[in-house]
Amino acid sequence: MTGFFKEVWSWLTTVDHKRIGILYGASALLFLLIGGTEALLMRTQLIVPGNDFLTAKAFNSMVTMHGTTMIFLVIMPLSAAFFNFLTPLMIGARDVAFPRLNALSYWIFFFGGVLLHISFVVGQIPRGGWFGYANLTSPTYTTDLSVDFWAMGLQVLGLASLIAAINFFVTIMNMRAPGMTLLKMPIFIWTTLVTQLLLIFALPVITVALVMITFDRKFGTGFFDPTLGGDVVLWQHLFWVFGHPEVYILILPAMGIVSEILSTFSKKPLFGYSVMVYSTCAIGFLGFAVWAHHMFTVGMGPWANAIFSAATMLIAVPTGVKIFNWIMTMWGGKIRFTTANLFAISFIAMFTMGGLSGVMHASPPIDAQHHDTYFVVAHFHYVLYGGAVMALFGGIYYWFPKVFGVYLNEAMGKAQFWLYMIGFNVTFFPMHFLGVQGMPRRNFVYAADQGWNFWNFVCTMGAYLTAIGGFVFIINVVYSLWFGKKAVGDDWNGRTLEWMIPSPPPVYNFAVEPTVDHLDEWWHRKYTSSGTRTDVQIEAHVDPSTIHLPGPSFWPLVMGFGIFVLAGGFFLDSYGATISIAGMLIVIISGYAWAFEDNG
Amino acid sequence: MGHAAHEHYTVTGVDNRKFAMWTLIGSECFLFGTLMINYILNKASTKINDPAIAKYLIEHGKKPFIAPTDVYDIDLTTISTFILLMSSVAMVLALDGCVRKNLKNFRLWTWVVIVFGLLFLGCQAYEFNHFIHKGLTLSANNFGASFFLLTGCHGAHVAVGVMLMGSVLIRSYLQPDWFDSVVVEVLGLYWHFVDVIWIIIFTVVYLLVYV
Repeated sequence: MTGFFKEVWSWLTTVDHKRIGILYGASALLFLLIGGTEALLMRTQLIVPGNDFLTAKAFNSMVTMHGTTMIFLVIMPLSAAFFNFLTPLMIGARDVAFPRLNALSYWIFFFGGVLLHISFVVGQIPRGGWFGYANLTSPTYTTDLSVDFWAMGLQVLGLASLIAAINFFVTIMNMRAPGMTLLKMPIFIWTTLVTQLLLIFALPVITVALVMITFDRKFGTGFFDPTLGGDVVLWQHLFWVFGHPEVYILILPAMGIVSEILSTFSKKPLFGYSVMVYSTCAIGFLGFAVWAHHMFTVGMGPWANAIFSAATMLIAVPTGVKIFNWIMTMWGGKIRFTTANLFAISFIAMFTMGGLSGVMHASPPIDAQHHDTYFVVAHFHYVLYGGAVMALFGGIYYWFPKVFGVYLNEAMGKAQFWLYMIGFNVTFFPMHFLGVQGMPRRNFVYAADQGWNFWNFVCTMGAYLTAIGGFVFIINVVYSLWFGKKAVGDDWNGRTLEWMIPSPPPVYNFAVEPTVDHLDEWWHRKYTSSGTRTDVQIEAHVDPSTIHLPGPSFWPLVMGFGIFVLAGGFFLDSYGATISIAGMLIVIISGYAWAFEDNG
Repeated sequence: MGHAAHEHYTVTGVDNRKFAMWTLIGSECFLFGTLMINYILNKASTKINDPAIAKYLIEHGKKPFIAPTDVYDIDLTTISTFILLMSSVAMVLALDGCVRKNLKNFRLWTWVVIVFGLLFLGCQAYEFNHFIHKGLTLSANNFGASFFLLTGCHGAHVAVGVMLMGSVLIRSYLQPDWFDSVVVEVLGLYWHFVDVIWIIIFTVVYLLVYV
């Protein structure tokens, strides 16, 4: 039993980026189960007209928590799992720039997720939408604590993301192996880098906006209350100034993953690497200039609508360039249709479809017709689910052998892929029809004579199909961890540095710091320019005690807990301030303990 | 905070901790930018929402409005601005003392930074108190709310800076040979940034209403 506790303790105090990556991934998949269940409950409610499976209030809670969970607790942390595990390996570093800060990010994220879900336990589940539009969040229209759970939960999660973003930005800028210039970095590192910049600049805006909501609710200010001189549209602007870069925060890591997978399984270098880099930067920059396309029906006037419409159409250009480059990467390649590659290829198709309906919305007159209908639901699920989630699953199949030293089962993987692919399209393609037929989003019920019965039934069947795919994945992971085919190191004939070390990677990553001469350095070491295999082998294990590594620390966990207590105090009127101050003390004390800890 | 031995090779040649602080400063620019835009949007929202305060103002022969010029005391704010600017000078001298391993100067100027920071916070506390006495509470109107949010957020940054410099001071007494000048330089970056933000606030919030 002591061995077991020792193991748990080593995970609670770990500062190893690889273990923190696994923690992020496991947490994200757990939240995926919750968010997926919420989606299934909604689809079950809509399976027939006039259904009473869920109440209107419960349905609103499911809409809100499905969106909030999938964005902040699934896609972002799953991307963070890849950032954590892969960044130091791909740039040839021993760890991130600030290992303990990295652990702190994870624990703040973890407690933020817990804080959001306490709302289920106390029966005050957020129901104002993931966008929390004013005045749904005002004390007049939401008298219980559901909005506070949502606002404080997001505040805590935002802090976790900001700390992680600074850490990874510094890591990539400062800790690359000798010789790895910016244009020799793997494309996934580039998309990671741009994602961190988006986080660094977008998160403070939502932080302020959430503080304003909290002030409106707790201290009687009237920022978003027109009767008190405030403005409801200000919330929309602040939210989307954050919210649209957030969309690219979700999709850019997925694009990086897909680029790596396609290149490996086509046995070709990524087509137009430098153009891909510039496109990534262009998307990141333009991502800040398109937020008001979420607000075309607000009445901003023709000038604002025209400018944001043009900017939105402009951002389709670098995105289109990327799609072209992915296809050209596969063109003439020796393509292996592994599960990872199937997910990556499906990403191109699904993301292109979501992108096309996105360009339709860039036109304000068309958007006015689609706004708040199921057409928009179809659009963003094609980019975020058919796009981001499919790519992340591809990434899981691709790097699973690197992380755990065993392959996921390919037969089950392909079964999951087809269930996902078919289930996804059966669910979301008919939503285009429902949308143009006028079915509004977020309605918990519809009448039998509105002509939406058939496609709603089809959508729900598709969702159930996807759920079966999810079970296949769970079985696959459990099966493969015990009986999976052993992986040794260069598990797919890979191109980047993580494949030159054993699987799973030793705790010190690289025994000898690699020196980089080429993009796709590992490939160039394996093959001469005429294509013959050299005799280079994956790096041999060395005794870990000969390599100096940062020691474990308990304080990130304590500080994360302190922030949780600090934020949690806002929910109680009588003892709330006392609890918050106690939380602040925990933060300060753990901060000092951290500072004076001899962490090598 | 680490030890002097922590200075590793980096690609850019800039210490990781310093790089991280610059990155944080980039993020903070957007934080204060958003707060400042919020203030500019709301500064004309002067009508008093709180009926009790409105009644009190009318009883004293005033209209139920509080605008920036009704409450600002430019003399006080000019003095507190000068104090904060001088604290940045002290910060530079404290860093100089640390780099030269001159413990006496290092401690002296760190003390000055802390005391000036506290004086600035004292001026702000006095100012807030004064505003509240004039009827401008947090919930009085949106001019007041956005003002308190912006300057309060800045004050919180000064307070954090004072605490961090306090930690440096404590360390200089506990461990007199501790001269990790990178840490002091990083805190200096933070301190100067918070100072620069105040210069912008002083201009946008205080000076421009008199133009």
